[in-house]
Amino acid sequence: MVKLDFGVILQRWPLFLDGVLLTIELSVIATALGFVVGTLSAIGRRSGIGWLSRLCGAYVELIRNTPLLVQVFLVYFGFSSIGMSLSAFTVALVALTINVGAYTTEIMRAGFDSIHRGQIEAAECLGLTRRQVYWHVVLLPAMERVYPALTSQFVALMLATSICSQISAEELTAVANHVQSDTFRPFETFILVGALYIGLSLLMRLSFWGLGNLIFPRRRRLGTPL
Amino acid sequence: MGSSLNANHLVYLLHGAVWTIGLSLIAFIGGGAVGFLVALSRISPLRALRLASGAYVQVIQGTPLLVLMFLLYFGLPTIGIKISPLLAAGVSLTIYVAAYIGEIWRGCIESVPKQQWEAAETLALTRTQRMFKVVLPQAIQIATPPTVGYMVQVIKATSLASVVGFVELARSGQIINNSIFEPFIVYLIIAVLYFLMCYPLSRLSRRLERRAGARGQEEFSFSS
Repeated sequence: MVKLDFGVILQRWPLFLDGVLLTIELSVIATALGFVVGTLSAIGRRSGIGWLSRLCGAYVELIRNTPLLVQVFLVYFGFSSIGMSLSAFTVALVALTINVGAYTTEIMRAGFDSIHRGQIEAAECLGLTRRQVYWHVVLLPAMERVYPALTSQFVALMLATSICSQISAEELTAVANHVQSDTFRPFETFILVGALYIGLSLLMRLSFWGLGNLIFPRRRRLGTPL
Repeated sequence: MGSSLNANHLVYLLHGAVWTIGLSLIAFIGGGAVGFLVALSRISPLRALRLASGAYVQVIQGTPLLVLMFLLYFGLPTIGIKISPLLAAGVSLTIYVAAYIGEIWRGCIESVPKQQWEAAETLALTRTQRMFKVVLPQAIQIATPPTVGYMVQVIKATSLASVVGFVELARSGQIINNSIFEPFIVYLIIAVLYFLMCYPLSRLSRRLERRAGARGQEEFSFSS
């Protein structure tokens, strides 16, 4: 019978802590940037301007039909081939933002599509300015409707940051690789890291749930996701 | 410096692409078989089965595929189980795909109207008969578009098998790159090859979805 020994692994907790913090940092920044990119691209997609709409459509299709691993390498070598040497962290951030931006585009587009034309007309009748209409009647309600899908997408992004270990961004999976080659205890290491990721994804779902209640007070009042 | 990119390299990449397709099929068939059991367990009348399958889905959907692959490939040998890259990749992809496709299919089975279950029950069909003769045939129609869409995710996920040394498309690109060192162009070709495999499936999935939507509307207008 094989005995599992987590002692040696747990001794290195400061390393794991660093990895967890970097994973959180990568996920939070990429989520925020990706959300902005995706929302803008969704607006561009529905703008009715032919070339802009096609451009945003092509962006979505290109990203959604190629693996993140290949995208990360393309960004990594792309920057170095034009003579820019960026840190692994920056490259990872750029690649993740581009990636999640494409998925967010599709989600936000569905959100925008779900806003009934009559709502906008009603808001105009009430004398709201264009900006008010866009903010209160189009953007926020659209976001509210696709909020669960956005949450799942961003949790998936957090898990996908593990791929950045391949360009030696020192996040949790990269740390795991160092620790397992130091200690020769890969089984225990990856079980621990798997548990950490499960904890992180639960934490992330919880924070998004809290954030949703903050941003959408109407949802909290009604007690139902719209 | 090694030689520059030539036709032999392209042939090698295409060879890798064939393995990507092969691994995708293994993952899809294996994952589909296990996923079907997961879907059935999730809606089983047995509480223990529901809890176990729910926990399975939560755990797998909460960990990155990369960690699962490392756990199997580097972890199992240290506790005395030898495993080849193909087996490690195939098994971890199966486990991973099952958790996602199981949830998709559960959603499809549950979206079959409850009256269908009730009607089958009044016809004195057993639970197995109700499931296989009444509910599943309808669920399959609902499940086709999202399943085809998910196959795109499976193909992309197989690229991670490259990290355990299985020579599929991404890995064969890395190998070529090691000899000629033109990473950008090599990865660009790889990206194009992945796109050529995934895009038709994406299109097909969307078309099936539209058709299903139109059919749904027809039925709706008929009944109203």
